Amino acid sequence: MIPYIPHTEEERRIMLDTLGLQSMEELFLEIPEKYRKPELKLHSPLSEADVLRELRELSARNAVPDTMVSFLGAGAYRHFIPSAVDAIAARGEFLTSYTPYQPEASQGTLQAIFEYQSLIADLLRMDAVNASHYDGAAALAEGILLAYRVSGEKRKGVVISAGVHPEYRETAETYCRAYGLSFRGPEEGFWKPKELASLLDETVCCVVGSFPTFFGDILNYRPLCEETHRKGALFLVSIDPISLALFEPPGAYGVDIVTGEGQCLGNPLSFGGPGLGIFAVRTELLRKMPGRLAGLTCDRTGKRGFVLTLNTREQHIRREKATSNICTNQGHVALRAAVYLSLMGKNGLRQVADLTYRKACYTAERLRSLPAYRVMNEGPFFREFVLQCPHEAEEIAERLGSEGIIPGLPLSRYFPDRKNDLLVCVTEMHSKEEIDRLIDSLAGI
Amino acid sequence: MEDTKKENGAEPFIWELSSPGRIGVSLPLPDVPEYPLPDSVPLRADLPLPEVSELDVVRHFTRLSRLNFCIDTHFYPLGSCTMKYNPKMNEVAASLSGFSDVHPLQPESLCQGSLELLYRLQEALEELSGFKAVSLQPAAGAQGELSGVLMIRAYHADRQDTKRTRMLIPDSAHGTNPASVAMAGFTAEQIPSDSRGNVDLSVLKARCNETVAGLMITNPNTLGLFEENILEITEIVHRAGGLVYGDGANFNALMGYLKPAQVGIDVMHFNLHKTFATPHGGGGPGAGPVGAGELLSDYLPGYRAELAGGERYILVRPSRSIGPLKAFYGNFAVLVRAFAYIRQMGGEGLRAVAEHAVLNANYLKHRIEKRYRIPYHRSCMHEFVASGDLVPGIHTLDIAKRLIDYGFHPPTVYFPLIVKEALMIEPTETESRQTLDAFAEALLNIAEEAVLAPDLLREAPHNTPVGRLDEVQAARDPRLNRRSDKDRTDTKN
Repeated sequence: MIPYIPHTEEERRIMLDTLGLQSMEELFLEIPEKYRKPELKLHSPLSEADVLRELRELSARNAVPDTMVSFLGAGAYRHFIPSAVDAIAARGEFLTSYTPYQPEASQGTLQAIFEYQSLIADLLRMDAVNASHYDGAAALAEGILLAYRVSGEKRKGVVISAGVHPEYRETAETYCRAYGLSFRGPEEGFWKPKELASLLDETVCCVVGSFPTFFGDILNYRPLCEETHRKGALFLVSIDPISLALFEPPGAYGVDIVTGEGQCLGNPLSFGGPGLGIFAVRTELLRKMPGRLAGLTCDRTGKRGFVLTLNTREQHIRREKATSNICTNQGHVALRAAVYLSLMGKNGLRQVADLTYRKACYTAERLRSLPAYRVMNEGPFFREFVLQCPHEAEEIAERLGSEGIIPGLPLSRYFPDRKNDLLVCVTEMHSKEEIDRLIDSLAGI
Repeated sequence: MEDTKKENGAEPFIWELSSPGRIGVSLPLPDVPEYPLPDSVPLRADLPLPEVSELDVVRHFTRLSRLNFCIDTHFYPLGSCTMKYNPKMNEVAASLSGFSDVHPLQPESLCQGSLELLYRLQEALEELSGFKAVSLQPAAGAQGELSGVLMIRAYHADRQDTKRTRMLIPDSAHGTNPASVAMAGFTAEQIPSDSRGNVDLSVLKARCNETVAGLMITNPNTLGLFEENILEITEIVHRAGGLVYGDGANFNALMGYLKPAQVGIDVMHFNLHKTFATPHGGGGPGAGPVGAGELLSDYLPGYRAELAGGERYILVRPSRSIGPLKAFYGNFAVLVRAFAYIRQMGGEGLRAVAEHAVLNANYLKHRIEKRYRIPYHRSCMHEFVASGDLVPGIHTLDIAKRLIDYGFHPPTVYFPLIVKEALMIEPTETESRQTLDAFAEALLNIAEEAVLAPDLLREAPHNTPVGRLDEVQAARDPRLNRRSDKDRTDTKN
């Protein structure tokens, strides 16, 4: 018997008889005979125990925090996940339902989305948040396309900071290529308002920043945002949600579009996916934004309820004129984020951000005392910073690997010239002892 | 929000449970000194998040969960979504620490297990579909579609064949098809279906010329019918110099019975959350890997896992890749579940999946076709479309809502667009004959009720937490979060 197929031999026969058929193959006679039922070179079915044994063995070939201390970040972060997040997320009612097309049978999912939209809107101080996008990179790409549509598809220039995650920039280029958009921006460093003025002209639809930057820098975007608006373009910032427990939210300084990666809100690393694409806009852009939206309304008796709304933006109604092709999103990841933000609350999220901030500061301060190393960030940073090493960072990472430490990301992965630079990430999950071990190991090189 | 607060026993919002100073989590005490926050960047004054206990949160979300229909509690025959049972084993597999706690940028030597899983999943999908290569990166079906169309675009561009800007799409297609085409800078052009529900060959022939970039085809199509002329279709498009995109949304019907690459499909996406039993999660995450044949495999997005020197798994960007569609390598946790499923089913099991999915759909169609009009008189594949035009004044929506009273999640409604009052029903292979019989009985009863007591349908559902909701009001005056509602209260005051 094949698992998950409940038919008994007798039931199968009765059902085939009902249809006047002799065999299962007869159900497929419309498939051209020459290609019907090809040979399949796949393994034989395995028992549940065998599959789990095999997967445990495979997973044991990966290094995990139990076996190694890792200071990797660069877009995927290990923060504490309260047990209640997993417990709620495991409920079949959330896990095995689908997009709430039938609201009367999906009020749980719909209210949870509404609460997610609310918690994120409060965190960003933005008017409207959608029900999620694939990840921070795809959300950024679609944010740029939104700005392009807002310009009446006239402005094809995009000014993008060198502080945007390199994979996000590449993703945005994939999405925007067919529209003929062109990206400009300094290769290194960050623009000051004056430099920006020289890049901005009437062909630019948006300016894209990152908070913090890929290198961890915390920048004040208010002047850039104002300058961008003076030139008639939109300002888009890709944010890290945890940092916003400490720093001014983007809505406070007039950002038009906010995107970001929400994996850090109660979701495991899972080798980089699923992530959570955060997508938020000012009210004026609402009807042009991509993605699903849950909205509050009432039934015939006036009872409060929720529906998916503003569907005429979407592909299933508007087809080629839709604001995006997105259909399935990251609903379950957004649910986890809503549960996480509820559990953390006002005090907890600030504590996580504060612990993360001070531990990264402590790590950098200790490294500054090592003469062979240099912390490259000139101003304040959050969670991550760039460490210039005396040798190639790859080589150092390899040597520390044998001591059970992954010291960070050699930046040569994305910037071939930056051979000696290491991007070091520290969160509340790192103990002082682990940080001190990292410092001692680096000092010993 | 006073007007709607807590009335009629509605579940309150999480922030309505808030009590200043209450905490829901215990975090470690600082073990490093305090560092002053910078003065060069404005700080946050107020963080308006709820202050609730862990029990508040658990009760709130548990109560919310109970307002949902789901596969674990109800038959959920949502056409084209393949709501089959999601095995619990796959959840255990995805949450193994050795998968869930792995960072995507770990040195390759420290994540060989994840890379091997990617490699073997690619291999399995390649074998099932006949494609030369698969990229696992796309996060969902629509992103897979966009990848495929961008690949076709890049292929023509590389040959300086830039006149090709028209993409042909049958009128039965999912809305994501034309939307993806628009995002790839092409024009979407609709091809009608013929009287048997197939692509109209004469129209297709007439529309194919040197400006055609390609055709997007879903097979079986959204009517649940196999495109009988698939060989002619792909040949016509290829002869005109176009390429054929296969929408793999309905691949559940074909596993072990047809390899799409063998009938002229050049590139196709898989929906792992449909065909390979990964949970839909109330709207995602899914996974939409893309497979491609000889002409297009070098254009695949993102990275592919490869085996170097027969002993070490590495990640490689295909030589002419269209680039990444997201960060990193795809929705890995979803990929783990699909891989676990494939390992358990084996080739024989996956073929049985297709057989029983098709058997169940035909059986259910047979059980209801005396009362519900079936627009195409053919054997169906894994799903079928019926029409809800039972009696004047009763609509498909009424039937759908009445099904909720009977304890069934409704089918997909009003899609595909080419069938009036469409009810698109996909039972999947994991449902027993008893469940199908009960569902058929419910539909037949409802057909009786439509005649004898039509208000039962018009006013349905009757036993749900809320009745039919005012969607017009929701769209006219969008209330999308707590902030937009606060603004409303502010202006009122």
